[in-house]
Amino acid sequence: MTAQNTRERLLDVKGLSVEIDGRGGRAVVVDGIDLHVTRGETLGVVGESGCGKSLTMLSLMRLLPNKIKVTKGSADFDGQDLQKMSARALRKVRGGDIGFVFQDPMTSLNPVMKVGDQICEPLLYHRGMSRQDARKRAVELLRLVGIPGPEERLNAYPHELSGGMRQRVMIAIGLACDPKLLIADEPTTALDVTIQAQIVDLVKQLRAKLGMSVVWITHDLALIAGLADRVVVLYAGTVVEDAPVDALFANPSHPYTRGLLASIPTLSDAPAARLSSIGGTPPEPGRRPPGCPFAPRCPVAMDICRKEVPKLEPISSEGSHRAACFAAHKALKAA
Amino acid sequence: MNVEPLLKVENLVKHFHVRLGAFGERTATVHALDDVSLDIQHGETLSLVGESGCGKSTTGFTILNLHRASGGRVIYKGQDLTLLDDKHMRPFRRDLQIVFQDPYSTLNPRMTVGEAIGEPMLFHKLAAKTELNDKIAALLQDVGLPSRFASRYPHELSGGQRQRVVIARALACQPKFIVCDEAISALDVSIQAQIINLLLDLQEKYGLTYLFIAHDLAVVRHISTRVGVMYLGRLAELAPRDALFEAPLHPYTKALLSAVPEADPVRERNRKRQILEGDVPSPLNPPTGCRFHTRCPIAADICAKVVPEWKAARPGHLVACHAVNSSSA
Repeated sequence: MTAQNTRERLLDVKGLSVEIDGRGGRAVVVDGIDLHVTRGETLGVVGESGCGKSLTMLSLMRLLPNKIKVTKGSADFDGQDLQKMSARALRKVRGGDIGFVFQDPMTSLNPVMKVGDQICEPLLYHRGMSRQDARKRAVELLRLVGIPGPEERLNAYPHELSGGMRQRVMIAIGLACDPKLLIADEPTTALDVTIQAQIVDLVKQLRAKLGMSVVWITHDLALIAGLADRVVVLYAGTVVEDAPVDALFANPSHPYTRGLLASIPTLSDAPAARLSSIGGTPPEPGRRPPGCPFAPRCPVAMDICRKEVPKLEPISSEGSHRAACFAAHKALKAA
Repeated sequence: MNVEPLLKVENLVKHFHVRLGAFGERTATVHALDDVSLDIQHGETLSLVGESGCGKSTTGFTILNLHRASGGRVIYKGQDLTLLDDKHMRPFRRDLQIVFQDPYSTLNPRMTVGEAIGEPMLFHKLAAKTELNDKIAALLQDVGLPSRFASRYPHELSGGQRQRVVIARALACQPKFIVCDEAISALDVSIQAQIINLLLDLQEKYGLTYLFIAHDLAVVRHISTRVGVMYLGRLAELAPRDALFEAPLHPYTKALLSAVPEADPVRERNRKRQILEGDVPSPLNPPTGCRFHTRCPIAADICAKVVPEWKAARPGHLVACHAVNSSSA
């Protein structure tokens, strides 16, 4: 890795581990995750429920609930380690240089606060704007995210807006301070496809216009295909594959990624009688098998997979496509 | 199709009366379902798709008489189900089952899996107490669970396993017809594929007929025989699966299909997407004429005034759109 490359990394997470302190003892839910986002890039983070995708992002911002703690690792954002930063300095980053859009706009918006005030809040706090200027900026933001009649909407409460409109308000809040990085956690999962298409289109336009980086967390591989530059696939709290979007879909290298891709029916192909599915279920946190966490469900598991944990290593010559799989590593060596 | 359908739905209407305002001083009517007609054939999977609030779940509930219809008829075995009270509905309940979206809230947390599956069999007197355990074990095997699961409680199971239990419970009374109301929507993709395959296997084995309510169009394409598209309480289009996906006629169907992302980055980049503007209007005050005209890219003057007729554009391909009528006439 050259110095040039390192500087281009806006966010660089290394060896991040998160544990839950529960009644049944401590359970590792995120196990040494490495991931990075370069400037202007959209990174897709894909995985099923419980794979640790949301916890990873929450832990970056140190927004974890009490019983859940980061035990290892660092997260460099724009030259500062978010894990070591003082709480006060971190507050300046949250909602400032890093914007957030959460999945459920109904519970993430304050129900007794007008949406205008909610959009103005970060502007007053982070940018020290006057109330008047903040309101002007809020109108601009609502117009930017495609809400008709923004002046009147400032005075609306969240319950007066539809789901799609609320999600747009969430995005407007996330974008309020021109963040360098927007983290969107399943922002369209609760929405209909037609509204999802609107939001995806909007985020793409805004990214081109504002030049920000985006981390888009989702379980929907089809959605990420048209959205991301690079994709990271998570399974049971580990990164199993990291690849440019075209390489991931053209040449999925981890058996889990292959299984996921094969199990989604597609709209364009003639339907087959049966979907191929991955047998079994993901391991529960705290009950992870030794070796590769996917080995018990893996169709190509070898002896070594049940004993040792595979490292995330390049599987293409130029090194941009990486997978944590002994079978994939072996295939590269053989080639 | 000359064969008598399993179920005939004729001009079904469902209105909900709601109270508005802080003290409920105003009343209004939600037009959840207006004039929906469809036949469900033996052994087919008829899917209903559409955005939230379009009335697809209400259709399922009203067909099963879980919501009392405000108008129209549902004919099953020569009987209009909408006229039956709970007591007279009971014998029909055996044949007509439902699987709900959320496997977490549809199982009683204090009942074991075996009790949950056994209860409908005892209620409908389909099994004597002595043979109950064997029948429960057989049902669990049908849905791919080991028989020892009978003594487990729902909280010990994963989402996919729970949905299998819910399906086993629906199968317990040997139904003819199952409404799958977003039955796989809450599950992860890898588990979703398992449950879809299970539903297809069971259909083959027991000759089941499904009314499959879903919002995931790719899944619907995969499992359906025919597909109905609903918009704001009305059917917009109903056609055999391939006709609907390959040659949709209604502008709403086209927009809906265009919005679905595909797992192919190259195709996604080159794709021209038709993005519908705005939201679905409120069913409290649905638009006049064609309900889609406020968002329709090809709406004409007539669309705001006259409700389009529900008619066959081609054999078996029904559509409600003024534009389609004029072009095929």
